[in-house]
Amino acid sequence: MKYTRTAIMLHWLVALLIFAAFPLGVYMHDLPLSPARLRLYSYHKWLGVTVFLLAVLRILWRAGHRPPPLPDAMPRWQQAASHAVHHLLYVLTLAVPLSGWLMSSAKGFQTVWFGVLPLPDLVGKDKALGEALAIVHQSLNFALLALVALHVAAALKHHFIDRDGVLLRMSLADRRNIS
Amino acid sequence: MMRLILSAGLMLASLLAAAAELSAVQLDKSSIAFVSRQMNVPVEGAFKQFSAQIHIDPARPGTGRARIDIDLASIDAGNDEANDEVKGKNWFNVREFPKASFVSSAVKPLGGERFEASGMMTIKGKTLEVHAPFTLKQEKGILILDGSFPLKRLAYGIGSGAWSDTSVVADEVLVRFHFVLK
Ligand code: HEM
Ligand code: HEM
Repeated sequence: MKYTRTAIMLHWLVALLIFAAFPLGVYMHDLPLSPARLRLYSYHKWLGVTVFLLAVLRILWRAGHRPPPLPDAMPRWQQAASHAVHHLLYVLTLAVPLSGWLMSSAKGFQTVWFGVLPLPDLVGKDKALGEALAIVHQSLNFALLALVALHVAAALKHHFIDRDGVLLRMSLADRRNIS
Repeated sequence: MMRLILSAGLMLASLLAAAAELSAVQLDKSSIAFVSRQMNVPVEGAFKQFSAQIHIDPARPGTGRARIDIDLASIDAGNDEANDEVKGKNWFNVREFPKASFVSSAVKPLGGERFEASGMMTIKGKTLEVHAPFTLKQEKGILILDGSFPLKRLAYGIGSGAWSDTSVVADEVLVRFHFVLK
């Protein structure tokens, strides 16, 4: 049994965008003030807001579509850990962009999605709050990095050690058992 | 008879008072601000220090004249990093050009409370003509001038080098002014 096609597409689209937004965030953060930096900051924010919107869609889809059951051979604690990590990953795909959006507002730099759609500033300009939210954004990102590392390691363990086909449930290519 | 002269005298005095130019600019209640567009994001800023001599007679606004001098180092461009940057050579180069000035030469009525001041704006040694529409409101003993005009930053060489890329920082900056006169 596989995830639905929609769930698979959203999983990989969100993963791809996060793999772009994350290094971009680290890189741009260390640049001296320049037009290139302003440009990259905007691209980062547009990517991040896109992640947020796709994550909302993904969670709505997930609420209506239960994932296929995990293999019976998997120990209980691993099943529980898997669920816990997946839930946290969902939370972080919302919390990371949300903290970025609030930080930008607090720093007095509104987010205008793709330079076209202005997002409302949910908090006013506030230097101290902006600096605090930058630390929140950074910390949540480190949590995300750690969880994704764990998540990827688990997926590879299932594939190469357990050989239980769990990775293939999320595969874009193998479509033999679409549910 | 005496009372008539007295009241006529009072009337004349109050007329004269009304016609007198209001010129004391309340600096603490006045502001010069601007909105630039960075990656299409409006970013607000302001100049905290300036001096202003404005003479305007609400009865004869056409005779109004003004001189504004802005202390460019007092800029607040949104955050500390931006403030350091815009004082530098590529932007205002405040070490060589500490002040910007606007000297009006004419005020023309646009109807009702609306007027337009024309004059010469000097920034970074470049002098160009600007037209600034504004409204003039009279409220118990004070005059309030409110207006704005678009300024093309590149015409003055504000933001040169890599910063002349207008797809990042737009050429047009909206300058907003608010003056309270007593
Ligand atoms: C899933 C989406 C996102 C990821 C993975 C992400 C990741 C990151 C990372 C890794 C950094 C560098 C942190 C550091 O080095 O201190 C960063 C910085 C930043 N992010 Fe995000 N981000 C995302 C979404 C957003 C959104 C939606 C916004 C704003 C709308 C945003 C605004 C920023 C800003 C302004 C910085 C620079 C912080 C600073 O200069 O101190 N991010 N992001
Ligand atoms: C190379 C990177 C990645 C690989 C190999 C991978 C692999 C997988 C696999 C195989 C599953 C299915 C697990 C199962 O069948 O129970 C899965 C689910 C999931 N993945 Fe990933 N993933 C990657 C990156 C990411 C990233 C960056 C995120 C960040 C949000 C993420 C979030 C999730 C979530 C939330 C689920 C649970 C879906 C659900 O059951 O509702 N994944 N991933």
